[in-house]
Amino acid sequence: MIKRVIFKGQLLPLLLLAPQLAVTAVFFLWPAGQAIYQSLLQEDPFGLRREFVGTENFDAVLNDPLWLNALGNTAVFSVSVAALALGVALLLAVQADKAIRGANLYKTMLIWPYAVAPAVAAVLWLFLFHPSIGLIGRALNAAGVAWDYKLNGGQAMLLVIVASAWKQVSYNFIFFLAGLQSIPRSVLEAAAIDGARPFRRFWTVVFPLLSPTSFFLLVVNLVYAFFDTFGVIHALTGGGPGNATETLIYKVYVDGVQNLNLGASAAQSVILMVLVVGLTMVQFRFVERRVHY
Amino acid sequence: MFTRRIAIAAGFAAGLAALPAAAQQPVEIQFWHGLAQPLGGQLEQIVADYNASQQRFRVVPSFRGGYPETMVAAIAAFRANTAPHIVQMFEVGTGTMMAAGRAVRPVHQVLADANITVNFADYLPAIAGYYQSTDGQQMSLPFNSSTAVMFWNKDHFRRAGLNPDEPPQTWEQVAAAAQRLKAAGIACPVTTSWPAWVQVEQMSALHNVPLATQGNGFGGLNAELAINNPLMVRHLNNLMTWQREGLFRYGGRDSAGDALFPNGECSITMASSGVRSRTIREARFEWGTAMLPYYADVAGAPRNSIIGGASFWVLNRGPQGGATGGRSADEWRGTAEFLAFLARPEVAARWHTETGFLPVTRTAFEQVRATGFYQQNPGADVPIEQLLRGGGQMTENTRGIRLGGYVEIRNIMQEEMEKAFQGQQTAQQALDAAVRRANVVLRNFERQNRN
Repeated sequence: MIKRVIFKGQLLPLLLLAPQLAVTAVFFLWPAGQAIYQSLLQEDPFGLRREFVGTENFDAVLNDPLWLNALGNTAVFSVSVAALALGVALLLAVQADKAIRGANLYKTMLIWPYAVAPAVAAVLWLFLFHPSIGLIGRALNAAGVAWDYKLNGGQAMLLVIVASAWKQVSYNFIFFLAGLQSIPRSVLEAAAIDGARPFRRFWTVVFPLLSPTSFFLLVVNLVYAFFDTFGVIHALTGGGPGNATETLIYKVYVDGVQNLNLGASAAQSVILMVLVVGLTMVQFRFVERRVHY
Repeated sequence: MFTRRIAIAAGFAAGLAALPAAAQQPVEIQFWHGLAQPLGGQLEQIVADYNASQQRFRVVPSFRGGYPETMVAAIAAFRANTAPHIVQMFEVGTGTMMAAGRAVRPVHQVLADANITVNFADYLPAIAGYYQSTDGQQMSLPFNSSTAVMFWNKDHFRRAGLNPDEPPQTWEQVAAAAQRLKAAGIACPVTTSWPAWVQVEQMSALHNVPLATQGNGFGGLNAELAINNPLMVRHLNNLMTWQREGLFRYGGRDSAGDALFPNGECSITMASSGVRSRTIREARFEWGTAMLPYYADVAGAPRNSIIGGASFWVLNRGPQGGATGGRSADEWRGTAEFLAFLARPEVAARWHTETGFLPVTRTAFEQVRATGFYQQNPGADVPIEQLLRGGGQMTENTRGIRLGGYVEIRNIMQEEMEKAFQGQQTAQQALDAAVRRANVVLRNFERQNRN
């Protein structure tokens, strides 16, 4: 039976939709439109002289080796953050789902980091890993490891990945835990009776049943890694050393806000918008097919 | 319906505007600055003193984040027609502000319109000149200026068998001292803060070598960066070699390296003269202040160093301000009077002794000297002496830097230096890459600001 609600007239449905549409228009369509317009201009910072340059900003961005470098960094960074945050969260959720003493305490503690603002999280990691004032950073140097993320690009990337993933683990943990708890006991018991060992039960029963959750989290984590990790990178490395941790979103900020090069920055954000829309579409088309709801 | 509503709103606004006049309310002057505590509080104390000194105007200070954030906020406010009257702008923003055309009302004009004279000839030439137009007009009011100096750890020097009261004066002596310090078991003999400002900009000025063509950009927007010269290649090469040998440590961008000296890790650092107050507070060892080292074999070296810090710019209200800049005559008058207050020698002298920034005028310097401050605080006059080195006669390479988009260019220099210190490229490659990238920025800026 399909339940249908039919409104009389058109005013009421439009009115009910209006707040949502207004929010979308004001916070997405309007700024996005501005970005597209700005990306076609060369303008001085004060907005006193502007010149229409067509696609020149896009040409410059796409031929800029540093932008390509940022694209590569973003790919490494996003995939690593998503994989690490999802993997660790799943492991923790499976462990916390078992009947252990103090499970609630563990759960609460694991959810805590999510309440920490990105910049604050970055400062915590800085105090741990700073080569001269950080607890672990000093210990590493004392143990003979040449740890200096301010000069070693690989170490800097590792640090921002771990810090960003750490923050996201809590979020993933909540969803995985909820997903695990919604798996019917009877299915697991049936598998156990059929002689499936825990590991096999996990891969053949639990994991497929978790796939809607995993898929949702994959999308959210990639979007998080693309856009929401600005604070961590800004506070920890500022995109350096060299340009080793400069991601696409960070470069938009550097070029637009620090360097006041609005045209180039707008062109980059338009490209970023296209990339994320494309990525999400790919995920829904191809990955979603394998998802069992 | 709309016209009526506008009429009511206009009437209401007119009533509001009439109200202060009737109640003799002071005219408000918005003043944005980028100094965090404790400096910000000290600056706001000066503003409070000004407000207490008269009733006609009230200056409203407002902290807008660091220098870059303040710059961005002021530019955004100008575009939205709500620019502050006065904004503090760091020296790297100077090129951008100079080219800002009708966004800025030059300080000399604001003062002249109000019939107020400030004797800019009394300012130290390296300071006033940095903020003057090519024809010598004062575009912004210098206030908190610093320069880079060298600090050395006397305890470390003793441990290495070096004379603790004889800081190295040349780079050759720095390298020799660093060898001894390393041999004495010190992990970080030499470091630097502000890699681009100290090791590129100051080094160029000290050795009278151009940083950019067109007299470091003072001559026009068509300047090109010129740091891939033999002196800079040699210097960066030396730093890279010393880094490999464990004599030099890269401390990070901008002020990130500041911490390495007061905590006793590094024996010698080159940093802003403002690090002095932090070192007094934090250092648990004996230390001294000296002038920046130079290469003895470069003819004419050392010249004066150049400044850092910030100056105060007067902004029009917005793009549609017209001839009045969108502000009333009273507002302009108040702006001018506040600037004149800030330029008083006693204000400058007090700011210098309380904060460690430079005394910007000769009169302020003499006033402070007369109080015996420099006898009680040895080394506090080193930055001033260093600015006057070369007889106070500046060349076009030591006047300062006037390049648009310089915030970005400084970052480019730091990025390319980092890649060199990581061993990804040679000194020549790093400086060539910095020049190539910076010239793209300069050409974009030239294009955006062509009339």
